[in-house]
Amino acid sequence: MEVLLGITGKDFTIICASKAAMRGATILKASDDKTRNLNKHNLMAYSGEAGDTTQFAEYVQANVQLYSMRSGTHLGPDAVANFVRGEVAKALRSRRPYNVNLLLGGVDPTTGKPSLYWCDYLAALAKLPYAAHGYAQYYCLSILDKHHHPDIELDQGLKILRMCTDELKRRLPIDFKGVLVKIITKDGIREHDYVDDKQILPA
Amino acid sequence: MASGYDRALSVFSPDGHVFQVEYALEAVKRGTCAVAVKGGSIVVLGCEKRSAMKLQDTRITPSKICLVDNHVALAFAGLNADARILVDKARLEAQSHRLTVEDAVSIEYITKYVASVQQRYTQSGGVRPFGISTLIVGFDPNDKTPRLYQTEPSGIYSAWKANAIGRSSKTVREFLERNHKPDMDREETIKLTVKSLLEVVQTGAKNIEIAIMAPGMGIEMLPVEDIEKYVESINTEKQEEAATRRPGGGRAAAGGAGAATIPTRPAGESAE
Repeated sequence: MEVLLGITGKDFTIICASKAAMRGATILKASDDKTRNLNKHNLMAYSGEAGDTTQFAEYVQANVQLYSMRSGTHLGPDAVANFVRGEVAKALRSRRPYNVNLLLGGVDPTTGKPSLYWCDYLAALAKLPYAAHGYAQYYCLSILDKHHHPDIELDQGLKILRMCTDELKRRLPIDFKGVLVKIITKDGIREHDYVDDKQILPA
Repeated sequence: MASGYDRALSVFSPDGHVFQVEYALEAVKRGTCAVAVKGGSIVVLGCEKRSAMKLQDTRITPSKICLVDNHVALAFAGLNADARILVDKARLEAQSHRLTVEDAVSIEYITKYVASVQQRYTQSGGVRPFGISTLIVGFDPNDKTPRLYQTEPSGIYSAWKANAIGRSSKTVREFLERNHKPDMDREETIKLTVKSLLEVVQTGAKNIEIAIMAPGMGIEMLPVEDIEKYVESINTEKQEEAATRRPGGGRAAAGGAGAATIPTRPAGESAE
């Protein structure tokens, strides 16, 4: 019941992840951060098996940093996504694969173009204008299908995100404790102060 | 001369020398000069840059100053190719350290690591020592104290306030010993670095590279125009000094000081 959402727009990518850390039906924490900065312009959100997720995220983060240090270049969103997919695919064929689902949001600092990659634990990678993992897919993709447009501004993107999170609150049987929202632009990654206290009642 | 005791690396000569290590130190002495100076709140690295050939693309030719991690810079003197390998090992260790303990490396830690790699290559079979000395500078995480360490091919490491390695390092170190003051500000520190390099680099700004590290800021490479400004102000200062020292002979002294900056480096110093 973890929620991962990603929306791209004209010059930004929004990544949104639920704040509940769960073990079975128990909520352990209501302020969990399921994202990790891979570099200045790339953010990865992850869900899946508890230990695997952070282990994989840290491993990928260290390797992206190391690559940049060694080569003196910055990895763009496409390069990062394909590297990450390769790592998931490698682990998938090993004795113990990582059980992680990922969203990779980024902005290319040179062209300013936003990008969003969806990658599941089977290392299936897809570049999408908007994406979701888990149950969020069932509730949000239809909203995004209807309202998303590649040229939307940030405030419109956040409006669509609001529609999505409201719908999730309305329909999901378990409280996911609100969402953490991060925005990637050509200036870098920042956390968005997402006010999420309004009660949404099912119809 | 060495009578066979320099054949295998791990063999002592009867009087206790490991010749291969001493030859590595010789390679360092032939490498281009590198200087590091600690100021009150910054640390500056300066390097002598070999003059590029006419068709060389200087923008993408690798520099002698490199980043090991965002907060650690390393300058070396000696064999460029050896340095690439050593720097790569240091970078790997820096990220590996972050991954295992979720903290960036301290400058002392990474210096110890670099030194121990260098030491390992003086005591294993089938390898030769690294022909480089390094100056490692930076700031520990969440700390504002500038750090400066030196490592040598033998695996020795030491901490300094200011130091020089490579060609004519003795001249530069003696210059630094005369002129280093505690708690210098940014301008003073950069100026001292450039001035000390000018003791051995005669060709001026275009053959000097300067990098500045400040707490939490990452590395800042000083643009050539800025280095030129420092060089100019140092040269005028020198001229004025010479003029005051010999009253009446001002013009002649100024001419002399001007000429002293022109001579080109002797040919055939290609240790790299």
